[in-house]
Amino acid sequence: MSEMQHVTERQPVTRTCPFDPPAEYRTLRDEAPIAEVTLPDGATGWLVSRYADVRAVLADPRFSARRRPLRTAAADAPVPPPPTGWFIMMDAPEHTRFRRLLTGQFTVRRMRQLAPAVERIVAEHLDAMAAAGGPVDLVHAFALPIPSLVICELLGVPYADREEFQRNSATLLRIDAAPEEVQEAQTAMNAYFRRLAADKRAEPGDDILSELVQSGELTEEELAGVGVLLLVAGHETTANMIALATMCLLRNPGQLAALRADPSLMDGAVEELLRYLSVIQYGVRRTAREDVELDGHRIPAGSLVVAALPSGNRDTTQFPGDPEQLDVSRTSRSHLAFGHGIHQCLGQQLARVEMKAALSALFARFPDLRLAVPVEEVPMRDDMIVYGVHELPVTW
Amino acid sequence: MKVTIDEDRCVGAGQCVLAAGDVFDQRDEDGIVVLLDPTPSGARLVEVEEAAASCPALAITVER
Repeated sequence: MSEMQHVTERQPVTRTCPFDPPAEYRTLRDEAPIAEVTLPDGATGWLVSRYADVRAVLADPRFSARRRPLRTAAADAPVPPPPTGWFIMMDAPEHTRFRRLLTGQFTVRRMRQLAPAVERIVAEHLDAMAAAGGPVDLVHAFALPIPSLVICELLGVPYADREEFQRNSATLLRIDAAPEEVQEAQTAMNAYFRRLAADKRAEPGDDILSELVQSGELTEEELAGVGVLLLVAGHETTANMIALATMCLLRNPGQLAALRADPSLMDGAVEELLRYLSVIQYGVRRTAREDVELDGHRIPAGSLVVAALPSGNRDTTQFPGDPEQLDVSRTSRSHLAFGHGIHQCLGQQLARVEMKAALSALFARFPDLRLAVPVEEVPMRDDMIVYGVHELPVTW
Repeated sequence: MKVTIDEDRCVGAGQCVLAAGDVFDQRDEDGIVVLLDPTPSGARLVEVEEAAASCPALAITVER
């Protein structure tokens, strides 16, 4: 073992720029790409920071998806069992059973067919913003409602119930949430989905929950868990990407101008923003099921391994040129923003459709869009599993 | 070029359809990969290799 392993003893968490992962990741990639460190919750784990190693870990079935979640208030607590139905924490073949029930709902074709409906929702929200006049908080006026409405529609969740599920879902994503708070939010959301599933059983609709109920493949508790997982994953991640990407483009006027001059760059720009901003900021956790040899390091069975997605996405060996710069003309679909391996984001095609519709229409509708506060005053989501902004005051 | 797919490995992410929509599709019922063209012309090499490289489940093999 070389002494280089001790370049850093902690997983880096402090950003110097709101759009960049902590700068220490660059040193880690160069000098200690697989490093045993203390994680933000006090647990010890192996931090993997290079693109190729991140992919290798996430594609390797010797690393189990069942792991200690990142909870800074529960560092010494035993690892809680994964919530029933949360297939992001399951391994094959258990995981396969759940994922296969859902993949048909999120195909490229189905998501592209949704684009006109998404564009309508986007236009309605832009109309409302224009009518209200600036400044507005873009998160609450635009970035959060769009994916929330879309996932509610797809799942068959009444959007009117959003206040409760948005609050509970925010609790689940706070890294400092106390175990009892997490439990309470989880229980409330599960109970909500059990009631909803009963409604769908009595009166099926044209939605994913109704189809799952009718398939008869899942127990009530599994169904509720899947519902919670899809709802949380389906709105928080995209909402944060829309708001953070907007802020990032406003702070990179050259890139925004290039995008406005040539809208055909938008598909690639969405991929580049996903790569550059990598909102799953603390990476993805795995547990070694057995002793694994990784690039000359012996990772003992039972070890926690963190695949640092934001770091892998800035790796110069994979992204030639300067990956530390946003470049909307880059073609980078092999980024890690959606993860890699069998757990790669189920809703990624939906996220792409939503981001494209939202960003295209927002910048077309408000050519003078700008931040309404100094950039330092934008509250960043350092405290959340999913990075982004808590609020984004904008005007035009 | 010869392309083979492993349906059992496929996780329905759709990356291959984005990369090379003339060569790969997804079944409507379960999102699993459908190979439209097992011997695409050499002109498609770059996109087919991108499809294989971006497949999260490593379900696509390309022989040149």
